[in-house]
Amino acid sequence: MSTLSEAASRTLVAEAGVAVSAWATADDPDAAVTAAMAMGLPVVAKLCGDAIAHKTERGLVRLSLQSADDVRAAATDLLAAATAADGDVELLVSTMVRGDRELIAGMVRDPQFGPCVMLGVGGVLAEAVADVAFRLAPLDRLDAHDLVDDLAAQALLGPFRGQPAVDRDVLVDTLCALGDLATDETIASIDLNPLIVVDGRPVAVDALVERT
Amino acid sequence: MGANLGSRDLTPLFEPRGVVVTGVSSHPGKFGFVTLHNLLSCGYRGEVFAVAREPGTILDRPVLTSVEQVPEGAADLLVVCTPVSANEEIIRTAAERGVRAVFVAAGGYSEAGADGAAAEARLVALADELDLVLAGPNGQGITSPPVGLCAQIVAPFPPRGRIGVASQSGNFVSAFQNYAGQTGIGISRSVSAGNAAATGIADYLEWFADDPETDVGLCYVEGLEDGRTFFDRVRRVTPRMPVVVVKGGATSGGQRAAASHTGSLASDDRVFDGMARQAGMVRAATIEAAFEAAATLATQPLPHGGGVVVLTTAGGWGVVTADAVTAHRDLNLTPLPDDLLAAVDGMLPPRWSRNNPVDLAGGETRDTIPELLDLVAGHPGVDSIVQLGLGIQGNTAALTRSGPFHPDHGLERIVDFHERQERRYAEAAADASTAHGKPVLVASELAVARPDNPMVAAVRDTGRLCYPSADRAVAALGHAVRYAAWRRARS
Repeated sequence: MSTLSEAASRTLVAEAGVAVSAWATADDPDAAVTAAMAMGLPVVAKLCGDAIAHKTERGLVRLSLQSADDVRAAATDLLAAATAADGDVELLVSTMVRGDRELIAGMVRDPQFGPCVMLGVGGVLAEAVADVAFRLAPLDRLDAHDLVDDLAAQALLGPFRGQPAVDRDVLVDTLCALGDLATDETIASIDLNPLIVVDGRPVAVDALVERT
Repeated sequence: MGANLGSRDLTPLFEPRGVVVTGVSSHPGKFGFVTLHNLLSCGYRGEVFAVAREPGTILDRPVLTSVEQVPEGAADLLVVCTPVSANEEIIRTAAERGVRAVFVAAGGYSEAGADGAAAEARLVALADELDLVLAGPNGQGITSPPVGLCAQIVAPFPPRGRIGVASQSGNFVSAFQNYAGQTGIGISRSVSAGNAAATGIADYLEWFADDPETDVGLCYVEGLEDGRTFFDRVRRVTPRMPVVVVKGGATSGGQRAAASHTGSLASDDRVFDGMARQAGMVRAATIEAAFEAAATLATQPLPHGGGVVVLTTAGGWGVVTADAVTAHRDLNLTPLPDDLLAAVDGMLPPRWSRNNPVDLAGGETRDTIPELLDLVAGHPGVDSIVQLGLGIQGNTAALTRSGPFHPDHGLERIVDFHERQERRYAEAAADASTAHGKPVLVASELAVARPDNPMVAAVRDTGRLCYPSADRAVAALGHAVRYAAWRRARS
């Protein structure tokens, strides 16, 4: 098993139909600043590489960068934090997406039932809440709608704190895309964690693809 | 699951022309004896051949000392109660005599270690070679009430009905049979799949779906060797026949080590649950809930939607049931449509609830409940009814009848009236359901507390389940609503 970099993971899931936040890669701090200004502040900067699967735990994610100076400083720090074990690394700059609601979605291969698509309530309490449900891949749109309906926290999917209801069609697109990706036997698992709900649209702000 | 993948005709198993039992002994405590006894005691009309080691007479019939003595073509089914070492030769001989299906009750196979697993593999290969249906080994047996067949090493023989049972635990077959006996909601076929060496739960369900005697599949599963195939096969069954499943070991799987977050959340039970829903199965949490869900699907029309009207003669029943309906994700309490409210208003004194639950507040006369049931069930805005608070008159009748004053003081007439009314109510519930094609569920603790109550007895006589509580009626109705919605969406 090996993991793909976030950039490679994002490319793979986006091509399959998953909505991901705007992003770009950069080799150095100047390029990161250019990318950030092009997509609009604030942004997030991360260190990105095939061997880097757990960025948050290692402090390799810098949120809410509000200026070109912030971006440059963060990019410089991140590159300096890379270790030899990380191999080839680059910077990943993405728009800073904000939303009160977070979901988690993914694909995993179950030893008994084969590839499955998961949808759950995300955020820091996700594991404790454990409001998650599965369907076997591939999913048709009815299956995907049923999967959304399976979550216990349906109120979270309706209009919420001044935000519109979650666009179920976008969510269904994402779930079906994950199911379609399961036909690629070289993909062991996919995590979209989290999907942040922005104006009702669930957008993946991180992606991790694991190869068999 | 080994060989015999794909649909296969199980008719010789469930409707055999004749049955051979091996391992019969004169000792009434032995499985072979019990199986023979059960075969001879439940109305099976085919010929039964008992094969024992010693010649003689058991249960008034001469035994054969070898399967070779069975007349050619006289028996379709062989029930094997002999030990592992003897069975391959017995099966080969039986096939030569025309046997087409084998139920191996004997244990000592894959559940008993490596040698047993090897013997089981040989059994499967032999069945393949001889083109036999092989059920078991290590199972309690089969029943088939439409033909009076009780080929089991255990006793319960269920009343005939429309539920087909296939279980990886023989004791849960017995449990379902016991519930069938208690409630009168009968069984069409049952099988304890045992080690399911060649014939598994999916095989039985597929055959049940085409079986004219069976309307609902009810299964208990613990492990599935090839879960994906099970899923693919069951979801081709569920559009034709509802399948209720209980999963054992729901909490034992634990979490798997995995690099991905998704993987760590993918417990066995969550994946199974999603699979079951996707396949259109009704997953029940307990054995009794599974039986009641199956009984509902077997005896009530499929609901058109999740709206429920609660009818109650009085009291807190309606309030509690309204809570249960409201809390259920697939059900809702139908607001009474204006025209229905006006119509009910015309039938009842002013103190009735004027809302759903429709609480008669004791204001009914002799015809109110039957008329109300038909009126409400007939309204196009109503999907289903839960009827509560029946049986009060029956209870009164019971005490009056057994008290010191009966039949004097005019008590005989009132007792008769009460009992007759209870019967009318139960029949009206079934009639309204049939006439309007909607579920009408009658719930009362009397179902278990006083099964001799005339209301309970009459519900049973209508072929419906008298639910032992409103909560259980609501849970069963919820399963039916979910299944119906799944099926509608995919047709």
